[in-house]
Amino acid sequence: MTANGSVGSSPNRVGGRDRVTGAQQYVADIHLVDELQAKLVKIDEGRARIISIDTTKAEQVPGVQLILTPKDLPHPMPRFGPQYEDRPILADGEVKYHGEPIAAVAADTKEAAEEAVALVEVEYEVLPGVFSIDAALDPDADLVQHPSLRPNEPFAHSNIKTEFNFGWGDIGAIEGEADYVIERKYEFPMVTHFAIEPHAFMVAPEGDELKVWSTIQHPFQLQKTLAKLLDLPLSKLRIFAPDPGGGFGGKQHPKLEPLVAYMAMKTGRPVRLIMSLEETFQAVRRSSTRVRVRLGLTNDGDMVFNDTETDYLIGAYVDIADRVASKASYVAAGPYRVPVVKIAGRTILSNTTPTTAFRGFGVPQITWARECTLDEAALGLGIDRLEIRRRNLPEKGVEFIPGDTPADGDWRQTVDKAAELIGWDAPLSEGRGRGIALGLKSGPTTGLSYSTVRLLADGSALVFCGTSDMGQGARTVLSQIVAQEMGIPIERISVIMGDTAIVPYDQQTSASRSTVLMGTSVYRACKDIHGKVRAMASRIHGMDEADIDVDGGTVRFTGEELPIVEVVQEGLGSLGGEVIGNGEMRKDKEPDHPLAGSAAFFEFNCTAIEAEVDDETGEIQIIKHVTVGDVGTALNPQQVHGQDEGAAIMGLGHTLMEVMIHDEMGRIRNMGAIDYRIPTSKDLPAELVSDSIENSDGPGPYGAKGVSEGSLLCTAPAVGAAVREATGLTIRDLPLTPQRVWEAMREQT
Amino acid sequence: MSEVIHIEANINGRDRAFEVAANHTLLDVLRDQLGLTGTKECCVVGECGACTVVVDGMPMNSCLMLAVEIDGRDVISVEGLATDGRLSTLQQAFLDVSAPQCGFCIPGQLMSAHAFLQRNLDPSIEDVHEALGGNLCRCAGYLQITEAVMLAAKAGRE
Ligand code: FES
Ligand code: FES
Repeated sequence: MTANGSVGSSPNRVGGRDRVTGAQQYVADIHLVDELQAKLVKIDEGRARIISIDTTKAEQVPGVQLILTPKDLPHPMPRFGPQYEDRPILADGEVKYHGEPIAAVAADTKEAAEEAVALVEVEYEVLPGVFSIDAALDPDADLVQHPSLRPNEPFAHSNIKTEFNFGWGDIGAIEGEADYVIERKYEFPMVTHFAIEPHAFMVAPEGDELKVWSTIQHPFQLQKTLAKLLDLPLSKLRIFAPDPGGGFGGKQHPKLEPLVAYMAMKTGRPVRLIMSLEETFQAVRRSSTRVRVRLGLTNDGDMVFNDTETDYLIGAYVDIADRVASKASYVAAGPYRVPVVKIAGRTILSNTTPTTAFRGFGVPQITWARECTLDEAALGLGIDRLEIRRRNLPEKGVEFIPGDTPADGDWRQTVDKAAELIGWDAPLSEGRGRGIALGLKSGPTTGLSYSTVRLLADGSALVFCGTSDMGQGARTVLSQIVAQEMGIPIERISVIMGDTAIVPYDQQTSASRSTVLMGTSVYRACKDIHGKVRAMASRIHGMDEADIDVDGGTVRFTGEELPIVEVVQEGLGSLGGEVIGNGEMRKDKEPDHPLAGSAAFFEFNCTAIEAEVDDETGEIQIIKHVTVGDVGTALNPQQVHGQDEGAAIMGLGHTLMEVMIHDEMGRIRNMGAIDYRIPTSKDLPAELVSDSIENSDGPGPYGAKGVSEGSLLCTAPAVGAAVREATGLTIRDLPLTPQRVWEAMREQT
Repeated sequence: MSEVIHIEANINGRDRAFEVAANHTLLDVLRDQLGLTGTKECCVVGECGACTVVVDGMPMNSCLMLAVEIDGRDVISVEGLATDGRLSTLQQAFLDVSAPQCGFCIPGQLMSAHAFLQRNLDPSIEDVHEALGGNLCRCAGYLQITEAVMLAAKAGRE
């Protein structure tokens, strides 16, 4: 018996109705009684020493209740961060990047807060900052972070934050075996998340508790951060995390919640800070990179070695950037069998927006470099660009990264499908080119997800879990698992999320993990219920439990088949009640692993592009864009397509148009929607085809793998390759704007 | 304090009379004064379309309109699309093809599409892309949104 909405179908999105009626409440839609409106005091400089902050005039504005400056905060300045506790609540004596908050106003109205912000007088001295990799590495460069903040760090007296080394084998010993060696450098610029919902935060002190509302992806991490900063027990911090309006990594970690918490505690009133879109450019971005790839190959195109150096330009505070850079660098050699690999990565501090997780987690930058270099090698060797990839792909089960999860899919199927869909061997029209590229990302390396499923007496169910549904559709997929396992229609299931006082702990919503990790947890909670139902059936029917089988909504025993709900109703009797199941999915740290954990799964994608370049304007027109992912099992095919298409178009954004521009003083010059363009419906490829390979070979329930990032990992190199074939141009920096392409064409002639 | 002005407007089918501050945008008034938070705020410079509402049949960025400008006019926001709890054909189509992901851009997309379909029930895909070109979505690849609008157009023709 299959209940409506069970696994493999595409029922209406759970929460979809509220999303089309406007009833869905995001943080900014929630108001608290007696709330104060907060605004940030900033200066228009990339780096400056703060001499004084005079709030006298600002305090006179009617309705102003608080102007929080560093002197109102504990000394030394409290700091926090997911990797290093380096981010201060407010700029600590020095503005270290454009837009770092210096003070904050809380007032009865937004207007009063804005007026007061304009009246706060900040005296400062502009300091020279470092805004690029070269400037940061200059031996005479000022230090972004004072060495005292970085005790016991080997590079504390430079702007290098961390160096990491991965790899296997000895390059020196094998170099001679390569017939062909190529070395190239590729750059990837700063881009920003641009979630349509800007970050928003509210904090309300209530008795001995703090209630916090945030657009955060990881509510439990926010809870831990605030508990430590404020010395409160976790139980006294209640985090509400309404479904975010898009996250893409930019909402993973705490940002301004601690500041708002201090303001709420100082005033004793709820404080609300809704960021502007411009301010989000000063809050989150992707690391820009310079990646040097040196590849050694045989004349037949077999890879001999890969020697890669990655430099990630991170911001003034680390946030999660070290993890991004190390985790991505670790898979720099990509989905290939390479006998010897040497990877040296660095994160480099700069006076720019702190970089953080962003869909693809550092991998798109490296993939751009690796796949383009591989194409250049194929051209040099006279080997077909598809063939050079196919021949180096590991078979399923091959441990292509020694000591890590073996290749967990039949990746050749994915590549062949993409090649077929783009028509790789078909003749090309004049002025067009094709490109194909592979992307590989290591899924979550650790995880801890608890869940509770309550099967109620009327055959409906509640699911409690700490995942954030930021558009990926976790509510729907988790409901489908329960529909499948309880044999009840999806319409009778509600998913409760986003309240740390109600739902059990979940480590985080990131790395395309939720279907696999929380999905397994919910599946196990259902199995827990199955066990209880079996005991009920055995009691009711006087049977041995061993002779009773409970599976997929049905209870079976000698000759009989009953729906779970029927057994439960009989078992519960006239008092009614419910059957409660708990689930846990734990992926522990592996201390000896270079990333402290092997990949739960790999996200593997092949993107193929056909493009045309206008030689008058340099404009690239994408004729056809094919993305194929290895998804294991699509629990909800419609949502899988939605994720895949969305990531593909986001990939076209950083490939064709997106870049954050700074002036020589480190000020971002294109904040907001007018000057920073993301793709619109008018920028779509003439044809976009999203397909997937399903072999039910993932670690998640029913063989699922994570799917939300794959199709932006290798968009850029596929487009770059198509442009090269169309024009003969090799461009090694992004985005491929008409201007850049046009200039390259002009230079070429 | 800014000057307060009395206005009368039809909002989502209901005649209403209320005071607005002269400097408040329609977006401010819808969200903060009338509690119609379905209309979203993102860029506030008329570039993202999240705040789109329909004024006298035309899609407008409510962040760029002063509230006083709606005096004597008809305004429809996303809350006004469903009747008696029944989704409009357009809303149902969005739901059926899973067009909303995070959903934050969706009210704006719906309002642009609603106004567009009043004028054109037989659009090409390019027409839809053009009509919704001012509505940014960062989650989806616009394909499912376009499909929904085409589906609603078809249903409207039948
Ligand atoms: S908020 Fe009005 S167009 Fe962006
Ligand atoms: S659905 Fe998230 S921005 Fe469009």
